[in-house]
Amino acid sequence: MLDIQTQTNSPSGSLRAGPDEHGHFGAFGGRYVAETLMPLILELEQAYRTAKADPAFKAELDYLLKHYVGRPSPMYFAEKLTAELGGAKIYLKRDELNHTGAHKINNCIGQILLAKRMGKTRIIAETGAGQHGVATATVAARFGLPCVIFMGARDIARQAPNVFRMKLLGADVRPVTSGSQTLKDAMNEALRDWVTNVHDTFYIIGTAAGPHPYPELVRDFQSVIGTEAREQLMEAEGRLPDLAVAAVGGGSNAIGLFHPFLDDPVELVGIEAAGHGVDSGEHAASLTGGRPGVLHGNKTYLLQNEDGQITDAHSISAGLDYPGIGPEHAWLHSIGRVRYESIKDDEALEAFQMLCRVEGIIPALEPAHALAWVAKAAPAMAKDKILLMNLCGRGDKDIFTVADALGVKL
Amino acid sequence: MDRLAARFADCTGRAALVTFVCGGDPSPELTAPVLEGLVRGGADIIEIGMPFTDPMADGPAIQAGNIRALGAGITLRKLLAIVADFRGVDADTPLILMGYVNPILAYGVDAFARDAKAAGLDGVILVDLPPEEAGEMLPALEGAGLHLVRLATPTTDAARLPTVLDGASGFLYYVAVAGITGQNSAEEADIAAAVSRIKASTQLPVAVGFGVKTPAQAEAIARHADAVVVGSAIVDLIGAAHQRLSNDIPGEVEAFVSGLAHAVRAARLNTSATREIGA
Repeated sequence: MLDIQTQTNSPSGSLRAGPDEHGHFGAFGGRYVAETLMPLILELEQAYRTAKADPAFKAELDYLLKHYVGRPSPMYFAEKLTAELGGAKIYLKRDELNHTGAHKINNCIGQILLAKRMGKTRIIAETGAGQHGVATATVAARFGLPCVIFMGARDIARQAPNVFRMKLLGADVRPVTSGSQTLKDAMNEALRDWVTNVHDTFYIIGTAAGPHPYPELVRDFQSVIGTEAREQLMEAEGRLPDLAVAAVGGGSNAIGLFHPFLDDPVELVGIEAAGHGVDSGEHAASLTGGRPGVLHGNKTYLLQNEDGQITDAHSISAGLDYPGIGPEHAWLHSIGRVRYESIKDDEALEAFQMLCRVEGIIPALEPAHALAWVAKAAPAMAKDKILLMNLCGRGDKDIFTVADALGVKL
Repeated sequence: MDRLAARFADCTGRAALVTFVCGGDPSPELTAPVLEGLVRGGADIIEIGMPFTDPMADGPAIQAGNIRALGAGITLRKLLAIVADFRGVDADTPLILMGYVNPILAYGVDAFARDAKAAGLDGVILVDLPPEEAGEMLPALEGAGLHLVRLATPTTDAARLPTVLDGASGFLYYVAVAGITGQNSAEEADIAAAVSRIKASTQLPVAVGFGVKTPAQAEAIARHADAVVVGSAIVDLIGAAHQRLSNDIPGEVEAFVSGLAHAVRAARLNTSATREIGA
């Protein structure tokens, strides 16, 4: 079992105390942004501290999470999957049943409440798979704020249903044609918009990355996943899981699941997207195949060449197709508290189909990566072990990508 | 006196003209001739862009310049070699490297500071390194005798300005508009007010850039600031010349910069009322 005490550098002995006052998780994180944005970032941090201490903010957040998002999401004992794999008892945290079909909305509700408190009147966001874009467009509609979503042109082509959803919700979807035309380029463009419209615009970042305080506040808003999971498993099994696993792109669903368990004797595993394989050079596994550097406002592990130029990520899953990872994951990796492994496109595709067949659940391609790892790991675990997986999104948006990969014409 | 201080002293009574090009644009081979063209045209100080795949603070012109330069194979190591070559023909024009943090981290901060100084650079401007994160770079840069030029913007209020100025050296770069490079332009009156506000707090020369595209705009700013920065307009010109296969890109750059230089030099001769605002 892990020896938690030797891994912490916080005076409280807790691994849950980060970041420090400068937004650093160990050597990672920080605020690497243009001076124009610095005053706003500091103001956002202040606004978040005030909101966090305000019972009215929490009450409104909780109300919306319950009645608008549909929380708590169920904790489902995947009995058939457990039998099929023949090992550990597998529980699925059903965040794919949230309004808008993924965990992304947990964070969007929190951030738009902050935007309102700060008096901002315009919302922008970046999106990869479109789930965060849909969630942002949803809350913008709900709160009556105009919303611009930046999305890589390549992602627009492979996520057409989500693009249409965003438009139905009233968002202005702007195709980004620079660079690899995926999530990282969408984030560049969102940052350019933000720096230009800093007076009235709130940037809802979708993942637990970017300049401080974003990694912290996104983590806090997503930690509802792990907090609920903890209570639900205690109720169902009378104990904590032995292992919790989640897919990692930027890492918001994973940090949301992991954070409430960081000080517990629970093995934590994050699954990066290995694309065609980490050795192929076409992957999105920043921790497995990258090095520390600075991009998008934070220091973290990045896919980059020896000259410090960012290299393109690849994954069949648009939501994992990002050359970086949230700084708290970089830190948890560096101290060995969370183990990060990777799963290839074809393995994720196989797991995607397996869950459809065995449990009658169509997962998103992102959690299908975690599921593929579960399919490998669960059989090797004893039957009295409990394995918890975050099913962070549903796969309706992915059926075209999957059909294409399987050679099926729709 | 270092090169920057000496050059600002040379420019007493007028604003200095600072020009920006992307290092390696349109090719590593043409970069030294382009730098020489800038000087012949009348540039007093040169900012040389260190290309990056993800230039988040830059508009379309400099994004395109970065892509051309990276496509032509520029690296930070090659760029330092180009700087060293340029120093062989020009010992006096200050050269400031401008870009983003990551290529320097990949190079190694200490190795970069040593090699950059040896090549003949005078300082760096790092767009994504606010004072709060400067601690990991500043000792190495200062140790090597390189300036870390700080940026102030329209969002830098009176409470924050001391943070920006703490540890600033060389000059202060005032970003005239909240936004990215090469887009909107600020009003002359706003620039004049900002420059006088900043100069009340620092002895450093104040350079003003972002959205300065024409000789007329450069002249207006030169009435108030210690230096005027022009970047995207030159990078756009290089891109256009490259696209139509011009065989004299350095000559075209020189002609354009010459127009800017005349305007900047004429600025305070054409007016009497504003002299004390900028001085």
